[in-house]
Amino acid sequence: MGGRLFKNFSFFSATLSFFILIGIFSILFTYAQDSIHHFGFDFLGGEIWEADEDDEDIGIFGGFIPIVGTMLSTTIAMIIATPLAMGIAIFLTEIAHKTLIKPVSIAIELLAAIPSIIYGMWGLFYFAPIIQSTFGGQGVGLLTAGIVLAIMIIPFMAAITRDSMNTVPDVLKESAYAMGATKFEVIKDVVMPYSKGGIIGSIILALGRALGETMAVAFLIGSVMQIPSKITDPTTSIPVLLANNFSEAQGLEMSSMYYLALILFIVSFIIISVAKFYFLGKKVK
Amino acid sequence: MNRLLLNKIILMLSTLSAIIGISFLFWILATLTYKGVSSIHLSTFSQDLVNGGIRNLLVGQFTMAIIASLIAVPLGMFAGIWLREYSNGSKLASIIRNLSDVMMSAPSIVIGVFVYALFVAPFGGYNGFAGIIALAIMMIPIIISTTDNMLALVPKELREAGVALGGSKHKIILQIVIKSAKVGITTGVLLSFARIIGETAPLLFTSANSQFFTMDLTEQFPSLTVSIYNLATYPDEASRELAWSASFILTAIVLIINLTGRYMTRNKK
Repeated sequence: MGGRLFKNFSFFSATLSFFILIGIFSILFTYAQDSIHHFGFDFLGGEIWEADEDDEDIGIFGGFIPIVGTMLSTTIAMIIATPLAMGIAIFLTEIAHKTLIKPVSIAIELLAAIPSIIYGMWGLFYFAPIIQSTFGGQGVGLLTAGIVLAIMIIPFMAAITRDSMNTVPDVLKESAYAMGATKFEVIKDVVMPYSKGGIIGSIILALGRALGETMAVAFLIGSVMQIPSKITDPTTSIPVLLANNFSEAQGLEMSSMYYLALILFIVSFIIISVAKFYFLGKKVK
Repeated sequence: MNRLLLNKIILMLSTLSAIIGISFLFWILATLTYKGVSSIHLSTFSQDLVNGGIRNLLVGQFTMAIIASLIAVPLGMFAGIWLREYSNGSKLASIIRNLSDVMMSAPSIVIGVFVYALFVAPFGGYNGFAGIIALAIMMIPIIISTTDNMLALVPKELREAGVALGGSKHKIILQIVIKSAKVGITTGVLLSFARIIGETAPLLFTSANSQFFTMDLTEQFPSLTVSIYNLATYPDEASRELAWSASFILTAIVLIINLTGRYMTRNKK
């Protein structure tokens, strides 16, 4: 009797995450209907975001600027983060002395634990001025957001890459060393090819994180509805636009916000799925 | 190029990356300590936001995170138990496992939008419950995956011993399997708690924020993280200083919980 209840409740709990996911998708899709109906796929290329002051049911909304802003800030972050994360993973698996591995790993993992709003605060008051004096511009903008975003995703990428580099059998590495290979040659020709799947998976997974990151970018990207012409220019991104303007929007503008959220959700869903199931493999033991 | 030289350069660059990563950690922590500690007064803890303190914000943030955990931990654990103990490796189990994995990385702002549509808009305003639900949705997949992975480490012989003693399946799960996976699951709970207590994006338009002390979850609810976001953008020096002390305290809480969780698993081995 109790056993049956226990089993049924655990089954109910297990299906819950399935229903939440379906729920998110259908709610976003339903509320975005108005905007989808009005703008269709042209929404993706529309550069104007303008509400009508008198009538909330008209207005022109296009998602081009936040979409481009999201893509550019993420690209900058990936370009900076990927080599650094690989370097850290190589350091932890192939270079560091045994006594160093643990403290360095913990430090990198703590970097991942710091809440994103803290990165935003620190970035705005300490990092943005440095970018401003080095590269010009207003301090906040694409470059600042991209660099801080990079710092935030490095720990994820480094941790997954390290784990997959750790799976390389010592025998393989030792045979390469025995042939006279240098450490770099072993990394390049043995470790990298062997852990390729994990490395690519970690990069894509970090990309998914960067796309959806909100608070740090909200502090740093400038939140201006414009297409950036320089790398230091302020612009906006999908999560930032949602964070700042979602709750005040009405009617068609609100629906367009849901449309943006839907786009972000679908894109991250695809990216994360590809990373997890294609490259990192199913974790079924 | 000389292979030995190239080797040296690459190894140096790798070491340099590790140094850069660690420097950023210390740079951020040093800034927080320097700016945060200097602006903390006794009144920071004894006053509410309306009077320039963070008492109500701390209580609000913890209240929401704790209630969210009370919802997410049992649900997530039951789900993990089903996946590992009851599903028999069925197709449905692998679908659920994969979807829950994807949910773990879903953008938190989208979860905020979803909860807004379901629990804020229909009820005519921001409320603490909506914030709690948003946090719980973020936490459930993490607990599922922890429970699932930790139960997988429990040796089959323990379960068999339970069966041999004549225990019913759910008694075996509760009294033997869960017990031996206790430390790992607790660590997972602590790490996910540390994660949701620092969340801002899912709270922005669910529970929003309040300047006053309240325990009424049907109203706007005070939040430490949302307040930091608001305070940092105010032009006056006092607000910024408060934002720094709030940031320092938040980071200290998150890192302490996180380290406690890690320390527990280390002792196990």
